[in-house]
Amino acid sequence: MRLLYKLGDALRRSFDFLRRDKKAMAGAIILFILLVISAFPNWFTPDNPSAEIYSPGAGVSWAHPLGTTSFGQDVFSQLMAGTRQSVMIALIVGFISTILSVGIGITAAYSGGIVDDVLSMVTDVVLVIPTFPLIIVITAYLKSASFWLMVLVLVITGWSYGARQLRVQALSLRNRDYLLAAKARGESSWYVISVELIPPMTSLIVANFLGAALYAVLTAAGLQFVGLGNINTQSWGTMLYWAQNNEALSIGLPLWALAPGVAIAVLGSGLALLNYAFDEIANPALRPVSKRRLKKVGA
Amino acid sequence: MSGPILQLRDLSVEYATPSGPALAVSGVSFDLEQGEFLAIVGESGCGKSTLLFAVAHLLTYPGSLVGGSVVFDGIDLTSLTPEELRLHRWRDISVVMQSAMNALNPTLTIGAQLADACQAHTNWDNERIAERSAEVLSMVSIDPVHLKSYPFQLSGGMRQRAMIAMALLLEPKLVIMDEPTSALDVVAQRSLMRQVETLRRDLGFSVLFVTHDMSVVSHFSDRLAVMYGGEIVELGVTRTLFDNPQHPYSHGLMEAFPSLLGELRPLTGIAGNPPSLVNPPPGCLFAPRCPHVMDECREVRPELVTSEGHAVRCHLINRAAIQ
Amino acid sequence: MRFLVRRLGFLFVALWAALTVNFFIPRLMPGNPAESMMAKFHGHVNPAAIKALEVAFGINNHQSLMASYFQYINNTLHGNLGLSLSYFPIPVSTVIMRALPWSLGLVGVSTIFGFLIGTALGAIAAWRRGGILDNVLPPTFIVISAFPYFWIGLLCVWFFALTLGWFPILGGYTETATVTWSWGFVGDILWHSVLPAFTILLTSIGGWILTMRNNMITVVAEDYVKMARAKGLKPRRILWQYAGRNALLPNLTGFAMSLGFVISGAILVEYVFNYPGLGFTLLQAVQNEDYPLMQSLFLLITVAVLVAIFISDIATALLDPRTRASS
Repeated sequence: MRLLYKLGDALRRSFDFLRRDKKAMAGAIILFILLVISAFPNWFTPDNPSAEIYSPGAGVSWAHPLGTTSFGQDVFSQLMAGTRQSVMIALIVGFISTILSVGIGITAAYSGGIVDDVLSMVTDVVLVIPTFPLIIVITAYLKSASFWLMVLVLVITGWSYGARQLRVQALSLRNRDYLLAAKARGESSWYVISVELIPPMTSLIVANFLGAALYAVLTAAGLQFVGLGNINTQSWGTMLYWAQNNEALSIGLPLWALAPGVAIAVLGSGLALLNYAFDEIANPALRPVSKRRLKKVGA
Repeated sequence: MSGPILQLRDLSVEYATPSGPALAVSGVSFDLEQGEFLAIVGESGCGKSTLLFAVAHLLTYPGSLVGGSVVFDGIDLTSLTPEELRLHRWRDISVVMQSAMNALNPTLTIGAQLADACQAHTNWDNERIAERSAEVLSMVSIDPVHLKSYPFQLSGGMRQRAMIAMALLLEPKLVIMDEPTSALDVVAQRSLMRQVETLRRDLGFSVLFVTHDMSVVSHFSDRLAVMYGGEIVELGVTRTLFDNPQHPYSHGLMEAFPSLLGELRPLTGIAGNPPSLVNPPPGCLFAPRCPHVMDECREVRPELVTSEGHAVRCHLINRAAIQ
Repeated sequence: MRFLVRRLGFLFVALWAALTVNFFIPRLMPGNPAESMMAKFHGHVNPAAIKALEVAFGINNHQSLMASYFQYINNTLHGNLGLSLSYFPIPVSTVIMRALPWSLGLVGVSTIFGFLIGTALGAIAAWRRGGILDNVLPPTFIVISAFPYFWIGLLCVWFFALTLGWFPILGGYTETATVTWSWGFVGDILWHSVLPAFTILLTSIGGWILTMRNNMITVVAEDYVKMARAKGLKPRRILWQYAGRNALLPNLTGFAMSLGFVISGAILVEYVFNYPGLGFTLLQAVQNEDYPLMQSLFLLITVAVLVAIFISDIATALLDPRTRASS
């Protein structure tokens, strides 16, 4: 009960701040729109995305706001249909990754001693090894990665940054007197961790979630772009793959290659803006300062 | 130039807060004579550190000076440009901060930090700088070999003394000290205070000293100022104030310190909370907590009235003084 | 010194982990690609090639798994990485060495420039809080850093190369040019590297700017900066020696951690521009199912990252006396 109250309080204060911050609003609006599109793609796709029924290589027109592909598919429909995969990868990988980061980071910080040493070592090693080449190698052996396989690989490589950050934060909080007081009262470790330790870290955890989601979107897109994803599904990354393979830029179909990139950028920006806003919640010193107020400060 | 080395007139400082501007220092005025030691005491949040930084012109956002003047040795500091002000720093006014661990650059040696103050304000050559640096360190009983040390390699007490040495590098006329003893144990405190006192006697500089612990300055300060809610509520010769505090708040403070040698009696405190600086009450700031409060106190803000070198901001006292 | 020794130890652990992962991945994959490859090639390719594959995978049916493992590590540390399948019979190590300078040049230079410029901009933005830089840079670069690296590359190709024709579309150098150390050739190389370098710079610089700015804001609020102002030091000295120097330290650590991300972006940029570096070669190896080459490239990229991290550790030790002294 207390946990819910404290979490609710932390979230409420966050929302108050977010409402006032322009960056956060922008990010939130972007994400909301994309969520709607991914939930109900049929509302937005005038045509069947994979139907090759139109004249290939057509330019921009009312019927085809972004033109058609070399195969005669409507680019706009593909773009809308592809939203779902990218949004889902962002949310799922972000969620699982964050749970891993929180679990490992906080356990390491709270336990201390050899548990901390081992977990930190593992975290740092995973952090240091360049993960994208590793992912490439893994997916190369598998020929192509299904959706869930990509999720798995992204989670395995993406949790370490968050774990490190959360561990540092938890360490600095761990020694604070109010935690010692809780322990002195005889509260169990579970209580101390979930009710006293986690709520102050809420904004950092949310920031981590958004960061992991961003990482997932960009990396997944990169994989699909080079053809290592499942090239038969509808996603922005695979659109880029097909566009690149058919030399869309050179044959005068730049929108086919550029539009999916813009979409990825939009999703990424939404996540990044919100991420930054939560960073500002966690660290009030970063909040924007107006020049007006600085004038009278002594030299 | 004779006359007071420092003259504050109506100094006011505001902090920008989400709920509106908070008046942290309100209309503070007093003079500081050459070679005088003036201590400012008050509880946490009363504005004493803010006052100090306002005098030294070290305020940063969200604090800003919104009124009054600071005249040092005849020059109005508030009217100077940042570059002109910079030239006065350290030569004329130097600062000793509360925590030496935080006030010293962790990545530079002590010697380097002493040297750059010299380089900024004099044209001494390296030899002269090294000579002077070793000199000031010896003054505070630190072996000059530590010029090569980094701050984290010195003990807490040594660091604090190094800060004082740094403050005296260019023989300033005024040294501002912001609770320099708060982080030390009582023995180190006394040792530091005696050191400061000896140096002051020898070199003749003035001291503005801020602390929340009156006992620290009771034997060393010439005059004592009591601050409450951003205002000076009493100001006078130290011994006089100690023996006969006139403002109810000062009285409360004195009573709260049990005497080591006196009779045993129950501890007393001052009930209530400090005033809101964003929405201060219209009358006396201390009225809600004052045991002698009158109707007038709640409506009219009392003025600081000086008589025979002793200033008090209280309707009770002033009324009696007028009569 | 103890600090550096400890870091070196850690980096070796990481290297060992990478080697182990490299060894076990082909064996863990469904269908055991290593063995199926061997089976596929048996009888069709000469014994030297088979031997090369065995070396690359550490496969030796006459040995136990443990023995193979140690044999593999031994081979790798001696630079015996087997033969490339797509460039058969050229050894993997040769192919890698050919690609290495291109990547070092492109990625190395643009990353270092990005770090230096980004850090400086971040420091200045934080120093003049509320100024133009401070208000414009963060939101701009938050958005830019969300763009996929390769897409910016595509954008550059489309705009600067195809549309404006200022720069070549792809390659490290003009295919038909004579390969000599003439000024003309060097100029040709530089001309080809502008767009890829610009892409990498643009996408990575945002990270440096933002983290440095955040660090600076925290540091500027510290007492020692206030003290420096109290001493009347020149603002420039305070900015660099007091604030910048201390704010840089966590940034250097961050540099090490974000290298992985920079590398992944660089690989894709090389792919977009067909730039003959390690990343491009890796992706080509993937397309050609050249497993020995692929694995060794992963290893080399890992080593490069670890070396870069170690260099930044040295820089940290030089700048921060506390790490030098800690045990």
